[in-house]
Amino acid sequence: MENDRVFDEMWGRDDSLRSPYANFHQWFDDEDPARLRAKQREAEEVFRLTGITFNVYGRAEAEERLIPFDIIPRIISGAEWQKLSRGIEQRVIAINAFLHDIYHRQEILKAGRVPREMIARNEAFLPQMMGFDPPGGIYTHITGIDLVRTDAGQFYVLEDNARTPSGVSYMLENRETMLRMFPELFSSNRVRPVSTYPRNLRRSLAACAPAGAGPKPTVAVMTPGIFNSAYFEHSFLADQMGVELVEGNDLRVMDGRVMMRTTRGYKPIDVIYRRIDDDFLDPLNFNPDSALGVPGLMGVYRAGNVTIANAPGTGISDDKAIYSYMPEIVEFYTGEKALLENVPTWRCNEPDSLAYVLDNLKDLVVKEVHGSGGYGMLIGPTATKKEIAEFRKKLMARPGNYIAQPTLSLSTVPIFTKAGLAPRHVDLRPFVLMSPDGIEITPGGLTRVALKKGSLVVNSSQGGGTKDTWVLED
Amino acid sequence: MLGKTANGLYWMYRYLERAENTSRLIETGQRISLTRSGSGDDEWTSVLQTAGALESYRETHDAVTRDGAIDWLLRALDNPSSVRASVNAARQNGRLVRTALTSEVWEALNAAYMDTKEALARKVGERELPAVLGRIRQSTGLVRGATHGTMLRNDIFDFARIGTFLERGDSTARILDVKYYVLLPSVNAVGSNIDNVQWETILRSVSGRGGYKKAYGDQIVPRDIAQYLILDRRMPRSLYFCASKIKGNLSYLASDYGEKGESQACIDKLVRQFMSHDIEAIFDFGLHEYIQSILGSFGELGMAIERDYRFYE
Repeated sequence: MENDRVFDEMWGRDDSLRSPYANFHQWFDDEDPARLRAKQREAEEVFRLTGITFNVYGRAEAEERLIPFDIIPRIISGAEWQKLSRGIEQRVIAINAFLHDIYHRQEILKAGRVPREMIARNEAFLPQMMGFDPPGGIYTHITGIDLVRTDAGQFYVLEDNARTPSGVSYMLENRETMLRMFPELFSSNRVRPVSTYPRNLRRSLAACAPAGAGPKPTVAVMTPGIFNSAYFEHSFLADQMGVELVEGNDLRVMDGRVMMRTTRGYKPIDVIYRRIDDDFLDPLNFNPDSALGVPGLMGVYRAGNVTIANAPGTGISDDKAIYSYMPEIVEFYTGEKALLENVPTWRCNEPDSLAYVLDNLKDLVVKEVHGSGGYGMLIGPTATKKEIAEFRKKLMARPGNYIAQPTLSLSTVPIFTKAGLAPRHVDLRPFVLMSPDGIEITPGGLTRVALKKGSLVVNSSQGGGTKDTWVLED
Repeated sequence: MLGKTANGLYWMYRYLERAENTSRLIETGQRISLTRSGSGDDEWTSVLQTAGALESYRETHDAVTRDGAIDWLLRALDNPSSVRASVNAARQNGRLVRTALTSEVWEALNAAYMDTKEALARKVGERELPAVLGRIRQSTGLVRGATHGTMLRNDIFDFARIGTFLERGDSTARILDVKYYVLLPSVNAVGSNIDNVQWETILRSVSGRGGYKKAYGDQIVPRDIAQYLILDRRMPRSLYFCASKIKGNLSYLASDYGEKGESQACIDKLVRQFMSHDIEAIFDFGLHEYIQSILGSFGELGMAIERDYRFYE
């Protein structure tokens, strides 16, 4: 083991096998490594053939890449999962209540639990949403909560994704691939299924349809288009739900409804699961240059004639500055202490914190408040002196743009390498659905794994891979 | 179905068909240039012309050469009819309409794309050419097979078929248009070696040699070739055949949707024409003029379909 402090999810510190992996490891031991290597290649071939790719930003020619898939599953016991999911549910309820509050009476600001300027000067805050009640009272129809683990019972929330969390297609395809490659594993392990996600998603979205939608609401997935990095996922979800995949230029506002252009004329849509950012939804309301959106969409929304999932303006709840207030937010709305812990966070807009961060750059992870995908961040311990010096300048120029956190020693799960099993750092993104009918958390989620030894960066855009994630029936 | 989806399906299948047609033309050109007695690359000029790629070729090349023509038709991304560009475009449209395809069709399309990409990554030498062309046609054939075997017979299938047959009819018409003079009755050239080569070019370009022999016997007669490619109801690439397939799919659409549009009127008229025409009358009218008018009708039909089914805003 590279570091004694690191918690490995398969092996205990005394090299004993942890119980969720007992069955799996038995199987693994009996397998011929050559066969497994062949299977690993076969899995890649399946991904390539089914076109499970993502587009890489910043390249001249749209390049499609595979996210590397590792065949060793990440296994979570039923008891562990139950504990986690209670914490996730609590957090999602709090986020939704926070959004409702922020866009209505702003009690939490009045109570002084979150500073007013966190909202007022936040780009993700949408004044258009003030006083508006989204259908069913739901803001965050789909949430992805990024978790990391540092010890047996110790999970931290790394970040909340309350805008358009992605990756669920990999969760589903990883399981499909494992079922295809290793059916025998699923007879010897009782793994909770994930394949119900698309059906649940559709049901959950339909349950949030506007009042006037009728018994069978029309749902559509809205994509920025074929060149978006997550286009595969957009088409995958539309396909799996059996709904249309639309772009802005398929839609138009007519007679107070959002309509899609079909081969038989214009047909109304009740629920839009949009995978485009707030800014691009409606050129009349937001970015006037947006060619992706639908002019007038916000008007229809505010008139209560269409549901937008997630609601516009949810970004206010998941930006990294607000994140640092999540413990207070959870307590404020649920009356309970947060079950899931936050990573300790320094807000660089506070002078004391900034001073501390500047003094300790080499030990900290510094992130942009609005950044995502692992771009624009500094990982102190692995950065060069030059990188740190350059980052210091950026940080001092706009301190309010950054937060800092200690480098956590993320847990590891083995991956399958040429030399056998080797530990690599992982995180976990469970997916949560919310509707007036309740909250549904798919057992497991997406496990991302840093494939490079010692690396802590799990983002697919930065060379990370994924694993199938099992939650066992205990 | 979204208008955009109908558009994507139509073009996905048009481009797949185009990739096949172009590969067949390359094969024909290659075959003729290997078997002809004289020298020169005349055949490639006419192959380029048939593929609708002569003009763009001339803009970028000094002279028509065998190697230049083959590469332009096979690999050039600047030539929208090249095999590579067509397969790319088919895949791009396939991604756009992924939700309308069965996973078997999508996987076959994706495999065809990857196969073509690999096979055409480098210039293809004379020795590999037959194998490469065979491989590409096989992989596009699998897409067609998966389409037949797994797709529901609904509007999705209709648009796929309409795209296929409009492209195919258009291609056959262009082959005839470029070679029409070969089929005209001529006192001097009949029976000469050149004629035999030319006739064979035509039949090979539509993979129709075997079929012709079965239907019309050993004698290659220009009039019969014209009959075969224009009016024969059994020949799957004849103009009549393509038009009647399009008519079939457009009428399924009309009954599914409960309304007829301009495109149904267009195709009804076209098919009625084919039914009433005989080859003598066509020759009397003028073969070239006749084919030109058919090409025009195909063009109008394509535009009517775009409008009727709201392909674009």
